[in-house]
Amino acid sequence: MNEKNNRILVNGNHAVAYGVKLAQPQVVPIYPITPQTPIVEKISEFQAAGEMVVELVTAESEHSAMAACITASLTGARVFTATASQGLMLMHEMLHYASGARAPIVMFNVNRTIGSPWGFWPDQTDSLAQRDTGWIHYYCEHGQESLDTVLQAYRVAEKVMLPAMVMHEAFYVSHALDIVEVPAQKDVDQYLPAFNPLHRLDPEIGESWGNTVNQEMFYRHRRDLGLAMESVIDVAQEADTEWQELTGRGYGIIEKYRCDDAELVIVTMGSMVGTARDAVDNLRMEGVPVGLLKVKLFRPFPTEAVRQALMSVPKVMVLDRNFAPGTGGFLHQELKAALYGVDDGPGVHGYLTGVGGTNISPNNIAALVREAMSTTPIASSVWKG
Amino acid sequence: MGYQINEEKVFNSGHAACPGCSEALAMRYIVNTLGPDTIGVVPPSCIAIISGPQPLSSMRMPVYQTTLEASAASATGIARALKAKGNDHTKVVAIAGDGGTYDIGFQSLSSAAERNEDFIYICLDNEGYMNTGAQKSSSTPYLAYTASTPAGKPTPKKNLAEIMAAHRIPYMATATTGYPEDLARKVAKAKGIRGLRFIVVLTPCLDGWGLADNAGPKVSRLAVETGVFPLYEVENGEHYTLNYGSKGTPINQYLSLQKRYRHLNQAQIEEIQIEVDNNWQRLHRKFST
Repeated sequence: MNEKNNRILVNGNHAVAYGVKLAQPQVVPIYPITPQTPIVEKISEFQAAGEMVVELVTAESEHSAMAACITASLTGARVFTATASQGLMLMHEMLHYASGARAPIVMFNVNRTIGSPWGFWPDQTDSLAQRDTGWIHYYCEHGQESLDTVLQAYRVAEKVMLPAMVMHEAFYVSHALDIVEVPAQKDVDQYLPAFNPLHRLDPEIGESWGNTVNQEMFYRHRRDLGLAMESVIDVAQEADTEWQELTGRGYGIIEKYRCDDAELVIVTMGSMVGTARDAVDNLRMEGVPVGLLKVKLFRPFPTEAVRQALMSVPKVMVLDRNFAPGTGGFLHQELKAALYGVDDGPGVHGYLTGVGGTNISPNNIAALVREAMSTTPIASSVWKG
Repeated sequence: MGYQINEEKVFNSGHAACPGCSEALAMRYIVNTLGPDTIGVVPPSCIAIISGPQPLSSMRMPVYQTTLEASAASATGIARALKAKGNDHTKVVAIAGDGGTYDIGFQSLSSAAERNEDFIYICLDNEGYMNTGAQKSSSTPYLAYTASTPAGKPTPKKNLAEIMAAHRIPYMATATTGYPEDLARKVAKAKGIRGLRFIVVLTPCLDGWGLADNAGPKVSRLAVETGVFPLYEVENGEHYTLNYGSKGTPINQYLSLQKRYRHLNQAQIEEIQIEVDNNWQRLHRKFST
């Protein structure tokens, strides 16, 4: 690390670990799974070297890791864990429990194919299949964004009292080396105050959580959870704006890239965004009026921002590196729903690209843009390699 | 044993247990011995019913209700958070049934024991999924009727006490509600030890076992006197102490009070007697050292 500017050459997962270190979680339950493991290994190294003071719990499963995250959070500790793929699947039950308990856990998930068959490839179906669990979902494009977003996620989660998961993709981001700027601890401390929840498991307070409720109480609880989730849009925007003021780096909850006068806008998230940027640059050089919309915050879905960004665009082309059998690409579904009822709204093409980790190049995307510009969209997602 | 029970009023009347329930009796001695500076974890079970629906509670201490398989992991999270916050006085106790301990909760319990997490885990063992209407668990004894073993369970009860002792945890004990002084003393002893402490408490279920409303304590005592459920302690997986063992009381005196055994013929009763005698002799050898 260069002491002067704190710029280091690390892979995406280690960038996450540096972000976690700055957040100073007090309890970190861990369980290994490829390709997430370098995150928790690095945190373990930080602890062994005395650079982090943290209770590490080497759980026997991701399910138990998440169970311990929930209660540690409810006891008033800041917590972190990381997982991927099958690990996230195993946690599914506890993901609902975490949001129900309003535990502001931050978790990093490295997007990887889910079996069967066995695979290790970048594919976002694992986390997208958790979209209805009451967690805030962020998708990142590169290691720097992942580091920064971990800290933003703590800020947002602890403000609205909902858990947050942050994603980047297997290998393309998790294991790719990049130069990353590590913020100063004093700046992070100013940005992220100590976690001190009003309600917690504490004999001096005497509050319990989780036992049976009646129908009316359950209804109110779900409604309140929904209101908290809705408030995330503004809170996340504010958290990003303040982060930008502090570090010079901001991402927005969505990002419009070269959308001026665009006749077609590509919409995607995660590592595909970087590829699409190159495709847009190449096409613009050729005079093709194309832009890009990056969806960073996926839950809650930034419906209003997406409508504003796309309402005057003739055509949208959604690229999904994920697949829900029976409905198609997750982001394609979300876009159709978000744009429903917009007067003269855009036609929406949905392309399944890179599912299972297949390689999609800027040239592939450019070819898809040309095809989408000259054809009429259909309702379902289309397989495009 | 001459132990004087010393209760602090944590457990209260007005809870929703069946009249004569052994679990409610066990919970009284457990939480009143631990005192109010305690955080409890319970999974869905009769224990959760007894703890009380929100916003009511039968216990003057915080209680977190987790999922059926996660009691030990949830207790881990609380214990570690307390440690991280510098709290070295608040006790953490998980209280779960045999379904939540022997079966679905065993993985997380075994791991917490291996890590020697700093909490007390108490299994209220009524030998089946009684809260869901008396189905078989791996704690259900040989030939006992349950709703999912109507012809009698074909395999023996899992020996969880020995499995937990084999984890070499600081303290493992068996107890039952017919011996309240012994139960309270073991909870008090566990309270004074650090690390993973495990107590399995045999709690006869009136409905699930087919007992008269006033038969809980009597059946509990007979379980010990016949050698079905000896009361003992194991420290660090090595040091065995017998508290109450078999008096040689014939097994039929225990079985005949329970409708779950009324389908047995004489040969089956004799088969159970032989199994109980063998188990007792095998265990007894460990006390001689």
